[in-house]
Amino acid sequence: MPVSIATIVISFALALFVNFLPWRDPALAPDFVALVLTFWCVRQPRLVGLGVGWLLGLFTDAGNGVLLGQHALAYSMLAFGAITLSRRILWFPMTQQSLHVAVLLVAVQLVTVAVRVASGADFSGWRVLVGPLLGAALWPALTFLLLIPQRRALEIDETRPI
Amino acid sequence: MEHQPPPFFKRGPAPLVRLAFFASLSVALLVADARFHYAEVLRSALAAAAYPLQSLATAPARVLDRISGFFTSQSALLDENAQLRARILVASQQAQGFEAGAAETAQLRRLIGAADRLPYGVTPVEALYSGRDPFSRKLIVDKGTTHGIRASQAVVDELGVVGQVTRVHPMVAEVTLLTDKDHAIPVQVVRNGLRAVAFGAGASGTLELRFLAANAEIQNGDRLVTSGIDGTYPPGLPVAIVVRIERDAAYAFARIVCQPAAGVENNRYLLVLANEPKQIALPEESATERERKTAKGKRRRKEAADCG
Repeated sequence: MPVSIATIVISFALALFVNFLPWRDPALAPDFVALVLTFWCVRQPRLVGLGVGWLLGLFTDAGNGVLLGQHALAYSMLAFGAITLSRRILWFPMTQQSLHVAVLLVAVQLVTVAVRVASGADFSGWRVLVGPLLGAALWPALTFLLLIPQRRALEIDETRPI
Repeated sequence: MEHQPPPFFKRGPAPLVRLAFFASLSVALLVADARFHYAEVLRSALAAAAYPLQSLATAPARVLDRISGFFTSQSALLDENAQLRARILVASQQAQGFEAGAAETAQLRRLIGAADRLPYGVTPVEALYSGRDPFSRKLIVDKGTTHGIRASQAVVDELGVVGQVTRVHPMVAEVTLLTDKDHAIPVQVVRNGLRAVAFGAGASGTLELRFLAANAEIQNGDRLVTSGIDGTYPPGLPVAIVVRIERDAAYAFARIVCQPAAGVENNRYLLVLANEPKQIALPEESATERERKTAKGKRRRKEAADCG
């Protein structure tokens, strides 16, 4: 069953919502928007791309009160990476897909850190890399959740043998 | 020269071209925001669009609060009532003492010819969430310009200063906490009136007094209050308590670590203090000066008439 635009929009809204939840330690919380963006860029590179990532980044920047453009830059780079890898990632089993995603998310976090350090903040320790790794560990669960809407049968056939 | 065949499917510009476009757009935005502060309008619009999500994000906690409040038992409520009554008794007694003290202070200040301290307007706010940024300490609260919040207003809780409003949107405002790396607050030691500036120490949740000489007269347990000389924070609000002093002969300055007095990181209900006093008393013009002014005006008018 083809993916509907509504699923994509709702999943992004949910991810933004989860990111706005009051987390106890922002350095350790995985970035759900980045994760969902990676997912759709890998699965639907024709529908979701750099423009979507850039807009989501702007929303994240404005909502968190950080420099405008910081997450926009990071997310558009993430979308680019995910689209480039999209033909490759899905051939691997789930754990190795997670490893690919981990590399992407860590790279994005490093871009964010680089922007902050360039704008005059102090480097806040390697703990910032824990969040992306946790996010990558969530990749199988996220894949399962986001594919549920597409797993329904197209027309319900009562007489089907299985 | 290599000739490329036309593509079979029309897919828009190549991904690399798009990446270059969006990356340069982001960098342009970054520079515009960081160096020139041009992007405030765009930021306000985006923040307004993100507001429903933000308020939704805090809704689960609020609903839980409501539900647990509904099921609070009668005895717990009675207990709490008794406690609150006891506290209000103590507080009202202290308030009486404070009023008498304030009146006396006002009288003394008039005697020495100092300006009257005017009352400040307060707006209660609720924290929505803390900024998701490990580099800074920020808090988003649920009131904005439509509720009369302005940038640079001080934010306090019942124990002391929490921070300062640094950016306002129509419905929400950003508060930079005391412990933010870029935040500085002028303070004064209560015991001896020594002035200093307290800087946030970032992730550790403490403050630091910088540029105090190694032999400065300060000791553990000293209470620090705002000195009010910056014009942003009203004077006399508790800020922090000195917890550790390291004096090293190799350095000219002592390293002084303080613990914030207020619950900077763990409060939901806060007060925003209006930084301009409610009414501004203009200095009265002396009668002679006024006379002179009107006379001058008349003369000028007369001259103009002569010329014309």
